[in-house]
This record gives sequence, structure tokens and C-alpha cells, in this order.
Amino acid sequence: MSPVNTIVSLPDQSTARIPRVNYLNKENGLLSWLLTGDHKRIAILYLISITFFFFIGGALAGLIRLELLTPQADLMATDTYNKVFSMHGIIMIFFFLVPSVPATLGNFLIPLMIGAKDLALPKINLLSWYLYMAGGILAIYTMATGGVDTGWTFTTPLSTHYVNTNVLTTGLAVFIAGFSSIFTGLNFIVTIHKMRAPGMTWFKLPLFVWAHYAASILMVLGTPVLAIAIVLVALERTIGIGVFDPTKGGDPLLFQHLFWFYSHPAVYIMILPGMGVISEVISTFSRKRVFGYTAVAFSSVAIAVFGFFVWAHHMFIMGVSNYAVLVFSLLTMLVAVPSAIKIFNWTFTLYKGSITFETPMLYAFGFMGLFTIGGMTGVFLGTSGTDIHLTETYFIVAHFHFVMVGGMLMAFLAGIHFWWPKMTGRMYPEKISQLAAVVTFIGFNLTFFPQFILGMLGMPRRYASYPPEFQILNVFSTAGASILGVGYLLPVLYLVWSLKYGEIAGNNPWQATGLEWQIQSPPLTENFVVMPIMDHEAYDYEWLERQKVKEVASVG
Amino acid sequence: MSDSSAIAHGEQEAPHEEHPSYLRHHFESTEQQADASNFAMWLFLLTEVMFFGGLFTAYLIYRNWYYPAFVAGSHQLSIPLGGLNTLLLITSSFTMAMGVWCAETRRKSGLVLCLILTFILGLGFLGIKTIEYTEKFEKHHVPSWHYSLNSFLNPDSDKEARAAGDQPLPLDMARKTEVYFSLYFAMTGMHALHMIIGIAILGFMIFRARAGAYTAGHVTFVENFGLYWHFVDIIWIFLFPLLYLISRH
Amino acid sequence: MSHISPIIWQFLVKWMTNFALFPPEASRLAPQMDALLFFLILVSLIGLTIVVLLVTSFSILYSKQRHPVAEQIEGSTLLEATWTIIPLGLFLVMFVWGALIYFRVYTPPANAMNIYVVGKQWMWKAEHPGGQHEINSLHVPTGRAIQLTLISQDVFHSFSIPAFRVKREAIPGRYTTVWFEATVPGTYHLFCTQYCGTNHSQMIGDIVVLTPEDYRKWLAGSTSGASLAQNGERLFASLSCAACHNTRPDARGPSLANVYGAKLALSSGGTVTADDAYLREAILNPSQHITQGYAPIMPTYQGQVSEEGIIALVEYIKNLNSDYRIQQTTNTVDLLPESEGKTAGQAPAAKVPAAQGGVKQ
Repeated sequence: MSPVNTIVSLPDQSTARIPRVNYLNKENGLLSWLLTGDHKRIAILYLISITFFFFIGGALAGLIRLELLTPQADLMATDTYNKVFSMHGIIMIFFFLVPSVPATLGNFLIPLMIGAKDLALPKINLLSWYLYMAGGILAIYTMATGGVDTGWTFTTPLSTHYVNTNVLTTGLAVFIAGFSSIFTGLNFIVTIHKMRAPGMTWFKLPLFVWAHYAASILMVLGTPVLAIAIVLVALERTIGIGVFDPTKGGDPLLFQHLFWFYSHPAVYIMILPGMGVISEVISTFSRKRVFGYTAVAFSSVAIAVFGFFVWAHHMFIMGVSNYAVLVFSLLTMLVAVPSAIKIFNWTFTLYKGSITFETPMLYAFGFMGLFTIGGMTGVFLGTSGTDIHLTETYFIVAHFHFVMVGGMLMAFLAGIHFWWPKMTGRMYPEKISQLAAVVTFIGFNLTFFPQFILGMLGMPRRYASYPPEFQILNVFSTAGASILGVGYLLPVLYLVWSLKYGEIAGNNPWQATGLEWQIQSPPLTENFVVMPIMDHEAYDYEWLERQKVKEVASVG
Repeated sequence: MSDSSAIAHGEQEAPHEEHPSYLRHHFESTEQQADASNFAMWLFLLTEVMFFGGLFTAYLIYRNWYYPAFVAGSHQLSIPLGGLNTLLLITSSFTMAMGVWCAETRRKSGLVLCLILTFILGLGFLGIKTIEYTEKFEKHHVPSWHYSLNSFLNPDSDKEARAAGDQPLPLDMARKTEVYFSLYFAMTGMHALHMIIGIAILGFMIFRARAGAYTAGHVTFVENFGLYWHFVDIIWIFLFPLLYLISRH
Repeated sequence: MSHISPIIWQFLVKWMTNFALFPPEASRLAPQMDALLFFLILVSLIGLTIVVLLVTSFSILYSKQRHPVAEQIEGSTLLEATWTIIPLGLFLVMFVWGALIYFRVYTPPANAMNIYVVGKQWMWKAEHPGGQHEINSLHVPTGRAIQLTLISQDVFHSFSIPAFRVKREAIPGRYTTVWFEATVPGTYHLFCTQYCGTNHSQMIGDIVVLTPEDYRKWLAGSTSGASLAQNGERLFASLSCAACHNTRPDARGPSLANVYGAKLALSSGGTVTADDAYLREAILNPSQHITQGYAPIMPTYQGQVSEEGIIALVEYIKNLNSDYRIQQTTNTVDLLPESEGKTAGQAPAAKVPAAQGGVKQ
């Protein structure tokens, strides 16, 4: 790495060593991990478990793409295919995307970023992880014992009266995982309100914290409605109470309202923390304060607030009144604006910066391009007229994969790479990780862009077989998926490798400004020995320069 | 941060100040700790509001659509029993509030007495609920469980319907009473579940209170549980008029 | 589309269709929807290009090599306002345009020819008023507004015709409607697009668009007997509806002549227009739909009549445009075997279905 084109600043590798005492080696033994209250250890527990579930969900995705290579339903029975895509959605959404950044990076970093020694409720934090594991293991159990084939959306009356698969156990798994999410969000809100270090006012918080605050509001207020929807489905399925059954006077559309009231904010739960990561990464690798800090902070909150009022845009063709459609379409346009604001603010953070292209920055660039496409196609769907043609087709599938995978998953990988030195004390190998980022980007586009076209042409989603004229695009998509798989496998391999063989990172290899970078890597269990006092702005690179000068001056 | 070098190396530890044993080390002071856990409990109750909110929404919609069926269904509930339950719960909220005061003023025996009274009142509520549920089973008003429309098609054959002066319902409206009872069981059942959890925690608290855990200055647990108990009470105060008091003059 | 040169338009359409990015345009709506889709694609491309250009050029101009020292810039209210207002403005244009199209699709014109479609796992049943039945296909003429009245017998389904750019959910428990006017004869895909269980991907079929001539021939050739209204008449008689819904002055139920489309005053207060949905509800949940001035004694037919039966009854009632027609039906009642031995005009007590006192669930 030529010193001109990189900001990486590592200690002298010949004498560098991992700090003698840190949160990883403070206590040893399995119980010290399973009964920990340390937010950092819990974050690592989450990291391992969500990676596990990601690969299960990914394997299911592979099966879907393999089936769709040919127009006929010839790889597996249609019932099996229905189970495969249902479980793919359930695992990816509830057991990977929703906890991904908040439960790993959020858990690890929020106390560090605000100058606290831990989250407000460490035991609740650990409980969160156990609930997540209980839900996840239950989900795997349901898969092993026959799976569920209702789609991740559990639409009634299909899920209540017309399938005999494991709806109840899967619903229970999601219910339990929902509480994990509620407790995480609750913990974050209390921590951010009550445990900031002296001088850390709201507008000195890193944007990562703002993003998690907004996502936590959604988690806390939205998830209980999903819980009650699942409870009602369970009651309807077991004792037939009739709230969703038209022959008993119920209304199946009521379930749709209750379900989407959570599931729309859920998508913002999934993306907002990723946006927080992007703010941090773009700032660091341009050496600049995020352009329009206040706008970006408020847009996170705006997305959270508006996000509660748009749920029926998932129901435009379901027989809701035309006037309701007007209202929800208008609100959907409003919720699209803050995301656009963020993209432009991030772009202008680059303006007159000093940019380097380490792996987190490559993922961040990928995010910006792919999220822009995904977000714009969301506007296609929020426009009520075009939604009629595009809804329930592969256009929707492409749209949400662009924002979730091209957006959120790239942001997650950006964050993992960015904070890997802080979490482990080691650097990842730069060249192969840049290669993996590029491979992922190419594979992703090849997989999902053809699906926009398929949707325009009218290919419905959740189809195991399709008219032969759609085959070419499906073949492209599957080819891309195999490349994408490689792109996701590589990080697992080299990150594990780096635990032993990576370069020693030192406390601030990126020369970044956050509080988390001013302490050792990996951090102490108690994070800070002395309570930090926040006497400078967020992203204050001039303050950082003065620190370096002080450090140099005080040695020797 | 004024002293980055002290933070970068973790070798030295700050001197351990005097603090109460119940202060968790990630908090700077007991005030911060109490404040944070109190805020957390309020937030949790907010999630409970959202949880019950879905049920209340469903209730409001169906009551609007099937009003005669809801009136007939609600006439099947016993106002004396429901009123007694309301009285029990309100009293238990009072005893709970007294318990919190006792904890704050370090009155151990007072606290234990108040917790026991709350416990008993809560059990009483559940007991009366059991009686009501049993009545529903016996009269075949449990949805999907040999549900009978007889009381609504022939109100003269039914004691409660006769007492309320009900007219026979047409068959299609009579069928909608099943929706009423579905919501009745879902809402009161969910409420009862929260009561059971609360009573279990009360049991645990009585043991700890007798050991003096809450009267030595650390009252957060009792205060926060009090919030939870009051919340469960408030849910009932909404349920009672909505379910029991439709169209009663 | 008058302001876009027809030559460019044709070129675009042909290019798009040949490259198979858009389905064929086979309805009057399709070009209108495609215009909005083009606009959306254009705006997205421009937006994406702007972002990509900015990011790329900034990355080159301000890379560490070329620009080693970053300038700390707080922000710019002017820029914030620009990139808030311009996207919002564009989105609002899309909102209005899309809403216009949406209302157009879901507001059928009054003269539309109605075809009933019942979705069930895993097939579509189309019922033409003339009695033609189709499974997994739908024959329609060009040049006529066609309304589809959809309902599901079991779970949610969705009736999708990509070539027409229309789609509508078929819901259990109530009717939904959509309309279109086909313009190009041919055969087009019909898909079920709402996941409905095992054979969701097999719930597909053909929309066959015929010229009016060919359509007339098809109608003539594929009718199997009674029209929907005739079936409805038979049902009306066998369910003894005429016991109350006759034209006698002492009739216990309102006369149904010309009731379709009329404004009714309900006994619960308020008025309602007697459309398909009302008629269906009145048959299944009569106690909430009693016409003012009549006792609430109509029994419910929930469980006694299928969705196809209700469609037949509704179609029959739609065509009841005179009292004479009803009297014909009443006579049909009298000719049924159960009414032998009873004089015409007297409703046999035994034929009133058990309502009060019955425990039929």
C-alpha cells in the first residue's frame, strides 16, 4: 500500500501486539461468553449466529435460482418450492436483515460512540440474543419437520385454513424473534437518551447513532403489531375464532392491514442502520464531515415517522378504497424524499474531500448506486397507477432485493470491514477484500437487474414454473447468483483467516474521528477507563489532527 | 476527551469509589441507573399499548359492522362479576401504589403487606375470570367449540338474554356473535396472561421484599413493577366498558 | 400521446416489444400506462446518471493523490432545498399522473359489459352473462369496455393480464372489479399473481381477444344452454325467494324489479346504491340490509348457495326490469313439484326456511 493512496495507518508491525487486556481475553470459557453482559461479546455472539442463518437463507436462495433455470417445475415438487421461498424470506428477513447491523454493529458500537461503558440494560441485551437464538432454532426445526409454505407474508385465509404445514411453529419463531428485536430497540433508545457522556449533545452524536435511534423507534412501536397479527392467525388456525374468516363475518383484509402496519416499518428497520454505516464510512474515507449533518440526522427520523403511515401501498390492488389509495400513495412519495436527501448529502460529502478506496468505501459506493436504483423503483411502485401493472411480479422481487441486498447487505459488509480492526484488533487483507466487493457488485447486478425486466414483462412472483419466453432472463439471473455466492463466501474465509494472520491494527488504523477509535483495539471490557468528555463536534478532523500532534509531542 | 493516552492503554484502573452495592458498573450514579430503568419500563409499556392496540382496532371495526350481535353478546356477560373485577383491580392498583410508597419510605413490613394484598386481589380477579370463562363454556359460547346460537335466536330460553330484554336476532346476525366472543376471549385472555405474569413476579417480589431487598434504598424494581401493574389495570378499565357495557342503560 | 411524435412513439414501442422489455400493448390503457412507465424510467435514469456522474467525478477529482487535504464543509441550505424540492416535485407529478391512471382502471364505465370471474384453487372460472363458461381462459371482443367482477371461493388470488396492464385481487367474501378495453386481437397471458398455494404457478391461462365478428361467432358456438340470468331464475324459484319478493301488495319483501342500480333507503337509516356487492351482501347478511318499511325477516342464505349461485342470482336481478318478469318467475314457482296442491299466490308455510328457532349454523 503506497502511503499516498491510502489512509491506513498501522503501528510498526515488527513490534506491534494486541493489547494485553481486552474484552476478548478478559475472561475465558464458554460460560463467560454465554452469560456475558458485555455488549461487545453479545455483538460477537450475534455476528456468528446471523452469519449462520444468512448461509441457510442463502442456500435456500440457491435452490430457488436452480429451480428457475428451466421453465418447468422440474427440480422439486411445487409444494417444496413454495416452502423453499417461504423459508428463504422468513430467515433472511427476521433472522438476518432485521438484526444484522443493529444487533452486531449497533450493540458493539453505540456505547463506544456515546462514551458509555455498556448499554443501559445488559441483561436484557443478553436476553435479546437468547430470544433470537430460540426463534432461530425453532425456525430451523420447522424447516426440518416440513417447513411452511405460506410465503413470509402469512396471508390469510391461506395460512389459517388452507395449508397444513408448520404455520404455528413458524409463527411462534417469528413472534419470539420479534421480542428480541423489541428489546434491542428498547435498549438502544434508553441508552441513547440516558447514557451519553458529558458534552455529548444530540447534535454531536455520530449519524450512526441517529440512524439506530430512528430504527429503534420503529422496532419498539411496530413489532408488537406483528406480534398481535401472529397471535390472531394462531387463534384463527387453532380454534377458528373467525376474525379473518368471511364466512364467520371476519375480514381477511384486516390481517393485511395488521401485518403490513409492521412490515412496512420493518423495511426501514432494516435499512436505516445500514444508512448509518454509510455515513460513517463515507466521512472517514473522504476525511470530511458528512455534508449536511443536520439534514441527514433529521431525515433518519423523518423516514421513521413517515414510515408508519404508508403501509397500505402493499395493498393497492386488494380492494381498498380508491381514496385510501390516494392518501397512501401521496405519503409514500413523501417518505421517498428523505432517502433522496441522504444520497445527495453523501455524494457531496465527497466534494473537496480526500478520497481513498479501501474496501469499506467500495461497498459504500456500491450501496449508493444500488440503493438509488432500488429506491427509484420503489417510486414506480408507490405510483398507484404503475403499481397495478408491476405489483406481485418480479419487479417487486427485484426492487426489494436491490434495496435489501444491494443496499443493506452491502452496508453491512462495509460496516463489518470498517469496524473489523476495532472488534478484533486485526486488519482484513485489503486486496482480496476489494476483489470480493467487486465480485459481489457484478454478481448482484447480473442476478437482480434481469428481474426488473421480468417483472415489466409480467412474470409473477412465487412461481415455480413460467412461460418459456422468460427463460433467458432467468438464466442470467441464476448465473449472477452463483457469482454472488462466491462474493459472499470470500469474506467469511478471509475474515476468519485474518483473526490469526491479519496485521495488527492499533487503535485507529483509519484515522477516524469517532470516540470508538480513540481507545484500544480490541477495547477493554469497560470500554473507557476514564469517562470521556465530548468537547468537539462529530466528524471533527481538525480536532483529530490536534490529537495526533499532541500524541507525537508527548512521546519521548 | 482530554486524556487520550490514558484511554489508549488499559493497564491502569481508576480508583474504586464508594457506591451502593446495587449500582451496576456501567452507570455513573444510582440516579442515572434508576432513571434509565424507569424510562425503559415506560417504553416497554408503550410497546404493550401497540400490542393491545391491534386488538382494540379489530374490536372497534367489528363492533361498528355488527352492532346488534355485539349488543347481544355483551348481554351475556355478567356486570356484577365484571364490576367486582374492576373493583378488585382498582383496589390492587391502590395497594400496589401503597407498596411503592412503603418501599420508598423503607417500611419493610408495610411493603410486604401491600404486595401480599395486591397478590391476593390479583388472584381474586383471576378466580372470577375463571368463573366467567367456565360459564361461557357451559353455555357453548366459546368460538368454534360447539358454539351455539340458541341464546341469540331464542333469547327467551336464556336467563341473561331474558333479563336484558333481548329480541331474537336474525340468523346471519346471530352468527356474528361468534366474532364478538372471539374478540372477548382474545382480549380478556391476553389481559389475563399479563395478569398471570404480573402475579408470578409479585410472588417473587414478596420473597425478596421479606429479605429486605427493596427497602434499603434500591426501589427501582418495585417502582417499575408498579408501572406495569397500573398498565394492566388500565387495559382492564378500557376492556370493561367496551365488552360489558354496550347499550346498557 | 398527441404531443409525442407518432413516429418516435412507434419506434419506441416496436423496439421495446422486440427487445421484449415490455409486454405487447393490447388494451386502450396499455399505452397510457407505458407512457408513465417511460417517464418513470427516464427520471430514474437521469437521477442515477447524476448520482453516478457526481460520485465518479468527485472520486477522481478529489482522490487523495490529487487532493490530499480535505476542506471541511458544513453543508449548504440551498443545495438541501434543491435536492428536496426537485425530487419532491417529480414524485408529486408521478403521484398525480399515477392516481389518474389508477382511478381510470378501477372506475368502470357505466356501459361496460360485465363478466364474472370466480377464482378458486387453482383455476379461474369466467362466466359470461349469456351463460358461456370458461375455465382458465377469457374470450373478449375488441372495441368494447369489459368489466370483470371478481371473487374468490377460497383464498386470495389475483387476476393479471400483463398485455392489458391490469390486475386485480380476487378476495373471498366480496366482489372486486376492474375494467379494460381490448384493442389488438390475439392471445395473451393470464396469470394468478397472488400466491395461493401448491399450484399457484399453474393457475395460468389465455386471454383471447377476438374481433367483434369472431366474438359473436364464439358466443354462439360455446353456449351450453341457459344464460346466467336463466340459471338465476331457477335458483330464485328453488330457494323460494318469490315467497316474499313478489309484486303483491301484501308482499313481505320489496319488489326486485328495477332494483339494480337504484338508491335504497335502509331501515337502519342511510341510503345505499343497490350494486352487485349490495345484492350479494343482502343475500348473505340480510339483517343489515333491510329496506326501510319492511320487517327484518329475510333469512340468510350463507352456506346454501355457492358464489356461482350468487352470481346467477345477481345477474337475474339485474335483468329484472319489470313486474311482469317477476310474475313469470312466480309462475315458475307454482310449477315446481313442491307447490302442487297449493293455490298460486299463497306462499306455502313449509317453504320458509328455518330462521327463527333454528340452530342451523
